Amino acid sequence: MADIETHDFDVVVIGAGGAGLRAAIEAKERGLRVALVCKSLLGKAHTVMAEGGAAAAMGNVWPEDNWQVHFRDTMRGGKMLNNWRMAQLHAQEAPDRIYELERWGALFDRTADGRILQRDFGGHRYARLAHVGDRTGLELIRTLQQRAVALGIEVFMECKILRLLTDANGQVSAAVGYWRASGEFVCFLAKAFVLATGSVGKAWKYTSNSWESTGDGHAMALWAGADMIDMECVQFHPTGMVWPLSVRGILVTEGVRGDGGVLRNAEGRRFMFDYIPAMFAAETADTEAEADRWYDDHLNNRRPPELLPRDEVARSINAEVKGGRGSPHGGVFLDIASRRPAEYIRRRLPSMYHQFKELAGVDITAEPMEVGPTCHYIMGGIRVDADSAATTVPGLFAAGEVAAGLHGANRLGGNSLSDLLVFGRRAGMGAADYAEGRTGTPTVGDAEVRTVVADAEAPFHREGGESPYDVHHALQETMQNLVGIIRTGPELEQALVELQALQERTEKVSVTGGRCYNPAWNLATDLPSMLAVSNLVARGALERRESRGGHTRDDFPDPDPELGKVNMVQRLGPDGEYTITPEPLPEMPPELRALLEEDAH
Amino acid sequence: MSEITMRIWRGDSAGGAFADYVVPAVEGEVVLDVVHRIQAGPAPDLACRWNCKAGKCGSCSAEINGVPRLMCMTRMDALPTDSPVVLAPMRTFPVIRDLVTDVSFNYAMARQVPPFTPRPPDASDGTYRMQQIDIERGQEFRKCIECFMCQDVCHVIRDHEENKAHYAGPRMFIRYMELESHPLDVNDRRELLRQRMGLGMCNITKCCTEVCPEHIKITDNAIIPLKERVVDSSYDPVAWLGRAILRRTKRSAAEAAADAPAHRNPTREDVGAGVPDA
Repeated sequence: MADIETHDFDVVVIGAGGAGLRAAIEAKERGLRVALVCKSLLGKAHTVMAEGGAAAAMGNVWPEDNWQVHFRDTMRGGKMLNNWRMAQLHAQEAPDRIYELERWGALFDRTADGRILQRDFGGHRYARLAHVGDRTGLELIRTLQQRAVALGIEVFMECKILRLLTDANGQVSAAVGYWRASGEFVCFLAKAFVLATGSVGKAWKYTSNSWESTGDGHAMALWAGADMIDMECVQFHPTGMVWPLSVRGILVTEGVRGDGGVLRNAEGRRFMFDYIPAMFAAETADTEAEADRWYDDHLNNRRPPELLPRDEVARSINAEVKGGRGSPHGGVFLDIASRRPAEYIRRRLPSMYHQFKELAGVDITAEPMEVGPTCHYIMGGIRVDADSAATTVPGLFAAGEVAAGLHGANRLGGNSLSDLLVFGRRAGMGAADYAEGRTGTPTVGDAEVRTVVADAEAPFHREGGESPYDVHHALQETMQNLVGIIRTGPELEQALVELQALQERTEKVSVTGGRCYNPAWNLATDLPSMLAVSNLVARGALERRESRGGHTRDDFPDPDPELGKVNMVQRLGPDGEYTITPEPLPEMPPELRALLEEDAH
Repeated sequence: MSEITMRIWRGDSAGGAFADYVVPAVEGEVVLDVVHRIQAGPAPDLACRWNCKAGKCGSCSAEINGVPRLMCMTRMDALPTDSPVVLAPMRTFPVIRDLVTDVSFNYAMARQVPPFTPRPPDASDGTYRMQQIDIERGQEFRKCIECFMCQDVCHVIRDHEENKAHYAGPRMFIRYMELESHPLDVNDRRELLRQRMGLGMCNITKCCTEVCPEHIKITDNAIIPLKERVVDSSYDPVAWLGRAILRRTKRSAAEAAADAPAHRNPTREDVGAGVPDA
């Protein structure tokens, strides 16, 4: 490749959120040559938005807590679609990963005896989330960022990767992308690659995700031949802002409910008591009095229904609004003002206080918030080996949100930050092992690189085409309206028709101006990823004829025990067509299965 | 429907000019919403940074009507409507394009910080015990979202490019103070701050504190205490005597600097992000 900038590394990590940083740190500590490539500036990745905390059964607040309980909570929250081995590793290793952050300089909130304080969150039996007020993600990313800097990891900021290329043996050998600042193309050769590219939320209209969450890693893995699983399992977080319209979708942390906030409808009723599913009835309070006692006494009372797993709460809010009992702007009320002192709210939830004060003109210490579901997280993603984070493509590893399995059909709050740490590290180990064992120098064909470059440049050479912004907005309407929180077969069929039309429109977009920091062009290069992900989600949703976790079918409202035993596996066929096959979940060992059958309370 | 005029600086390192965009007013919008509407309409190639759109990532810093602010947290209805809203890039950093500046100076300075160095764990389980009251000062500084607006308004570098080589700036001073006040850290960066990081150049006008979107008391809680510690370590006769008796010397600037990643392993950020060395 004489004509484009080329770099050579042992391990290249794509994405610099929590998982990418943790992977890069691990590989670097092994003494390898490591590059960290990210679409934004270092320290701005979506991890920074995580608010509530990182779940780890350290037992600092409730000594009764342990990895077995965390494992059980994670599996049940995921409606048993989880990869059991990932759930086990996650529950076992999360405490070590939190203590490791402390050794790297993180300052978590403390208990009275000086340990790391833990907070309550939905679906967790005990207060389990290590946190820093409601800005835990910032603490996590800054700690990892500073560690990565201290180790001297090379960071390539504002660099968008377009494609992964494989060598003659099918091993991933190169990643081709461009610098956003200059628009110049760049090629990274490496012995192993880690995808840690986060989410897909920008395909929906109302989302808590930033512009970066366009599913680049999901799409690149698919195009490189990887298996994708359970892409239909998308989490709509129950509490996003709904007003003003311009901030609709911005996250309101579950910590508000963990710290005592309750949901009310327009009639003032705590409606979550009306939506307690059978699966959680044994461990959920059925009176307000019991629910209120639980905050101080977990052992003798059951959890408030506001702290049911996110899928349950989001569906309930949706039903209240549809039933005509919503708030003025189409959400419900989240009230902590009437339940906790103003000083407590400002101390525990400082960034929520500012967010509402400054963006909505609402004082959350004096009045309720208006909230509603927002597209937040995708449980589905790249199929990985639990221990090594290896994908089904040689030389390619994945961790964090882009990887699938840990969370099953629904993720518990707080399990994401711990996921990033546990599996970020494992992906770094897996990639390092692979790089050390790989013989020969990674190579890539000139022609393939040139094709990637030509495809990316094409929008500049087309005249009179549509604006990429228009196509993006149309895609968001389609996904919001037809592949949203409640789905039906006919609507999903319609979505696939519209996605086909959007594919054709994407192939005709044109952009003007130069290549230097041109957001229209950047969006044009993000559109193919978003379309691929949208296709995977819609196809998975159509095939999974049941309701489970984050996937709800109005025409199949109940879980189907048979479908609960399979992953929906999607991959590209020989002619680039989408294929989907149900494949059995990995078999859980009996001793772990026994943990799930223990009495809930 | 009422209209608003946005006067946005367009250009690159070679120069540029303000351009006016007239768009309909929409209730409840912030400045960043209007910029996005302009991108989706008349100026698709208008460059700006943003990520979280909720004041948590510090990407969308710009000078709004002459004042550095986050575009995502500045409501349009808080700005005067009888004149255009003027948007310009942060002046202290070189322009890449339109509202996007090259902030690599800050990343280079971050690499000069000798890293966190913890003492051994004290608790029998191999972890640490720290009291909440002892970490609250550090937590205040760790709220920093790295919007770099404090660096933007700092007189020492705003119009003095020549000072950047030996001045860490308010963002890094709170990082140093965070480490200084960290209950576990045992490194000594005081001479480094005095001799190489330009702490003495700050004349505590508090401009940085005024623009901090996280309301960190940069001057009062970080810079002034740092100045005191550095002075104490240099000139306090009691401290001098203590060192003489205990035969313990302060770490010199050179010793401290040797720990910093920038001195061991210079990387791409030290030479400027987005400026590929082809």
